[in-house]
Amino acid sequence: MTLEKPFNEDDLLDQQINAGQLQAAGQWAMVWNKFRKHRLAVVALFVVGFIYFVALFAEFLAPYDPGKFDPRYTFAPPQGIGLFVDDGAGGSHFQPHVTGFDIVLNPTSFRREFTPDPSQVIPIGFFVAGQTYKMWGLFETNLHFIGPLDPSQPMFLVGADRLGRDLLSRTIHGTRISMSIGLVGVGLSLLIGMILGGISGYRGGMIDRVIQRVIEFIRSVPTIPLWLGLAAAMPKDWPPLQVYFSILVILSLIGWTEIARVVRGRFLSLRTDDFVIAARLDGVSEFRLIMRHMMPSLYSHIIAAITLAIPNMILAETSLSFLGLGLQPPIVSWGVLLQDTQNLRAITQAPWLFVPGICVVVAVLSLNFLGDGVRDAADPYAK
Amino acid sequence: MLFFILKRIAGMIPAMLAISVLAFVVIQLPPGDYVSTYAAQIAQSGERVDSAVLESLRQRYGLGENVVVQYFKWIGGIARGDFGDSFEWRQPVTELIWGRMGMTALISLCTLVLMWAFSLPIGIYSAARQYSVTDYLSTAFAFLAMATPNFLLAIVLLYITTMWFGVSVGGLFSPAFENAPWSLAKLWDFITHAWVPIFVLGTAGTASLIRIMRANLLDELHKPYVEAGRAKGLPEARLILTYPTRVALNPFISTVGWVLPALISGELIVSTVLNLPTAGPLLLQALKSQDMYLAGAFILLSGGLVLIGTLVSDILLAISDPRIRLS
Repeated sequence: MTLEKPFNEDDLLDQQINAGQLQAAGQWAMVWNKFRKHRLAVVALFVVGFIYFVALFAEFLAPYDPGKFDPRYTFAPPQGIGLFVDDGAGGSHFQPHVTGFDIVLNPTSFRREFTPDPSQVIPIGFFVAGQTYKMWGLFETNLHFIGPLDPSQPMFLVGADRLGRDLLSRTIHGTRISMSIGLVGVGLSLLIGMILGGISGYRGGMIDRVIQRVIEFIRSVPTIPLWLGLAAAMPKDWPPLQVYFSILVILSLIGWTEIARVVRGRFLSLRTDDFVIAARLDGVSEFRLIMRHMMPSLYSHIIAAITLAIPNMILAETSLSFLGLGLQPPIVSWGVLLQDTQNLRAITQAPWLFVPGICVVVAVLSLNFLGDGVRDAADPYAK
Repeated sequence: MLFFILKRIAGMIPAMLAISVLAFVVIQLPPGDYVSTYAAQIAQSGERVDSAVLESLRQRYGLGENVVVQYFKWIGGIARGDFGDSFEWRQPVTELIWGRMGMTALISLCTLVLMWAFSLPIGIYSAARQYSVTDYLSTAFAFLAMATPNFLLAIVLLYITTMWFGVSVGGLFSPAFENAPWSLAKLWDFITHAWVPIFVLGTAGTASLIRIMRANLLDELHKPYVEAGRAKGLPEARLILTYPTRVALNPFISTVGWVLPALISGELIVSTVLNLPTAGPLLLQALKSQDMYLAGAFILLSGGLVLIGTLVSDILLAISDPRIRLS
């Protein structure tokens, strides 16, 4: 006679899972399921994905080099894309094109006045040959996603700036700098925040109190004057790359506090969770305890904190550069581009200079929505 | 209560010291010291450099001695009301700074009050009528406002008023009132100008305060005591305003701690764009020309302003919540 095992629900579940009757969702699958319910966040995910795609392939997507200027086209207005061309015989054929300009120099205001001249048809196309560039600094090519078939012809899809540079190309290149500052700056903040927040939450006691005071203090200092003070101390003759990294360091020196706060809070509540105590009583080493047992339940929270920190970095960089104390030309970032809008005369003449500003708003908005969605999904076990 | 306030003030001292150290670090950061920059500048303008003057300046700031001595000379001067000299303006920093700092404080205070005045009722309404059209509208507004950089909003406003109304909204006073003493007419002139920076500054803050108030109140609304009050037949408006709102108000009051630094930061940028006679443009100019004593004084004073604001919010919090006062 066999001894019957007492009925155990877990065993039954295990049997069903092994037999393929039931599916067990891992933690990440649960997070994803919950995230998907937040419609706005899913849309935001695509927008953010698109923006980073643009940042990654900036050279290829931009029609021109961001530094290419042509004084003839100072503040040239945006050109619309036409799809059909009259062939003069009453018919028309399909040929994407932009219309050239009739340029008149206004003798009183000394401004160039542009009137579209329908007789000047500038054919454009996808995957055209244009200026050569080095993709990611690795290999040379002259393939551009979009551009005029004849590279010497003008094409300003969103207009030109005061030196006749193509604003679209500049905005696309600015995307790379602005978005990467956000990402790398947050990476740096994450490193500081994880270490200090982790120590603070895991150790508690005196160290915790000291770190908490430091965080409170940093948060109470008005950030812009401090950033400006630090940025102003940079020697003016530093090469652009060095300025870029200094700005990164300056931004993350102040930006780590929020991440440290999140990490500390999670560590504090995890420390007394049953599975952590069980692992500790089992004699697991401290390093393994943190890395193997506590970290996995932190990842999703950290991702949420990162997503919410990136927009702040982007806003900070934009503000600093706008004031002229952040990145400097020839580096192109959204903030640097927006410097041009400081001139009221320029924006009344060329309102398309606001385009990089729209990019900032869209990027920050979608990152905020994405972060909100991730934060709600971060704890899939909560109701 | 008095004991509580005294304790808070005592707690501010280390923070004030920390801010002063920070400001001093910023002063020290640029290469070269004040006197050599000063000497170079005078030599550049073709005047003769008087070495006795330079020596007395060195003496005054303790240059050439170690950093700790320099710090104490600087902070000791501040205790006597001497913030050092601005080499760009060739004037003591104190003469430059107080009027402008006062304007900054005034604008920040007005903005803070208006932010509260708007965000409180909207936040309450938004929570009480969750998922209504108004709630969605205020949420959409909040997200959009938080995503727009201050300076961009200021420029767009400048653009719109110039293009469509043909008036410029920069500055804080009309030229006629710029140097006039305060009067009713000047006050009115100030109001007609100040709404622009206040609007620009307040938008983002109002947005986040609405979100905070809404979230706080939503946490409270589903608690049993609210249900009990409702079951006893209290009118809904009175019920919400008397009980859960008061509880939800506490975290709201304590937000001053971070709203104020954000305001002062934002004020700096907005006033630069709108060309206001506040601390912002002067600080920016000082930093660009590495006029570090002026810049250091600004950082110190704006930090001090934040500390005072936090103190006021702590006191308000203590008045509204006996648990804090008595612990």
